[in-house]
Amino acid sequence: MSNKSYFNPDDLKKFGNITEFQEELGKKFFDYYAAVFEDGALTKREKSLIAIAVAHTVQCPYCIDAYSHDLLQKGVDEESMMEAVHVAAAIKSGATLVNSVQMMNHVKNVSM
Amino acid sequence: MAIKQKGKSLQARDAQLADTFFQLKVLNGKEISDQKYPPFAEQVGSTTDHTVLRPIYPEIFQINIGKLCNQTCAHCHVDAGPDRKEENMDRATLVRCLEILDQTQIKTVDITGGAPEMNAHFRWFVEECSKRDITVMNRCNLTILRANKKYHDLPQFFKEHGVHIISSLPYFSKKRTDSQRGDGVFEDSIAALKALNEVGYGVEGSGLLLDLVYNPAGAFLPGDQADLESEFKRQLAERFDITFNSLFAITNMPISRFLEYLISSGNYEDYMTELVNAYNPSTVDGLMCRNTLSVSWDGYIYDCDFNQMLDLKVSAASQHIDDFDIEALMQRSIVLNQHCYGCTAGAGSSCGGETV
Ligand code: SF4
Ligand code: SF4
Repeated sequence: MSNKSYFNPDDLKKFGNITEFQEELGKKFFDYYAAVFEDGALTKREKSLIAIAVAHTVQCPYCIDAYSHDLLQKGVDEESMMEAVHVAAAIKSGATLVNSVQMMNHVKNVSM
Repeated sequence: MAIKQKGKSLQARDAQLADTFFQLKVLNGKEISDQKYPPFAEQVGSTTDHTVLRPIYPEIFQINIGKLCNQTCAHCHVDAGPDRKEENMDRATLVRCLEILDQTQIKTVDITGGAPEMNAHFRWFVEECSKRDITVMNRCNLTILRANKKYHDLPQFFKEHGVHIISSLPYFSKKRTDSQRGDGVFEDSIAALKALNEVGYGVEGSGLLLDLVYNPAGAFLPGDQADLESEFKRQLAERFDITFNSLFAITNMPISRFLEYLISSGNYEDYMTELVNAYNPSTVDGLMCRNTLSVSWDGYIYDCDFNQMLDLKVSAASQHIDDFDIEALMQRSIVLNQHCYGCTAGAGSSCGGETV
């Protein structure tokens, strides 16, 4: 183990190996994961756009690499990818800001 | 608008990769990268019934009429460009091709290049094929139709001879198209598609076929062909009011200028790994080398256009059209090497798109 960094892009390729320590649950997870991304009420393309947005909010570099690549393969353009991330960012900042009402309430409650 | 060239051909730059033997060394882990991938021929042998890959009777006679092109795309597997003025098929070689077509049962000619329309004998050859009731497919880079006034009537010419047009358009946006093919290519391509639509190409009920070729603008594989086709149809209709028939999703082969791009961008090993991991044995039956003969500008015969660009001639006594012998060619085994992984990834890839 000469690599001392926490994040190694090559580890993404080893994701499937998580079954090594717990096969049954790992396998269930991968089956579930594959089923989630099949065409359904939402298309695979829409699901990948949601995935890239969520990947940014959970700040997972592996998922960001994986879904950027996946979206390129699906022929999705750069604007759509960035708009998806803006949706994530808007919800995150909105969620931060809406809590400021709590801050304002408290300040008003205890102020003269 | 004039196209700003991406650069010069490997040959004009005297690049190491202009040497096809050097390219094969790279692909076999002997130069640049020491990464070795399972030998393709063994992979086919152990996963399919094809211990050696044999052809069926040729259905398509693909002629690479020359390397001259008005573009210098970054991914070009032909290493074509405006500087490739020498390698273009002459009239005598085309006459010989016609003789072969007269002697065999092959009913389709697929003309590729370079920009085939720049060959001085192009129109004459199409007329000759048309007289013989041979279907002509022309691989048109689109911008050539706008490159010079002398090409402006080509849509009408294609229509008169019922030529099946197969056009490359890597993407429906300017940024990704121009990054692969040169600044200005997108706008000219859109203008050319409109001109083709105007005479009826790609228009329902016209019988005039206009297919598009999509190949990724970078080190990634094409996604599902049907999904890409519907996305291209929707986007081109909404943005530009353009229609077309089918979209062929083609994987970029790790050879020539695309190999150079892969190496210089640091993507070579990851790309090869992706191709090898995506190997799909069910693509093998439909590989285009099984139903196609590929002829170079100087009359040599190859299993496919990719083998042609690596100078891997057919493994048969009949290696040149002057010694054309269909029986000998039918007995040959197809020459395979590591670049072939580009044809068997995912749903497969050929000049007609997916193979499964
Ligand atoms: S990819 Fe086609 S259009 Fe581009 S340089 Fe090569 S032959 Fe010309
Ligand atoms: S590169 Fe040519 S010979 Fe190799 S699999 Fe593809 S079509 Fe066949």
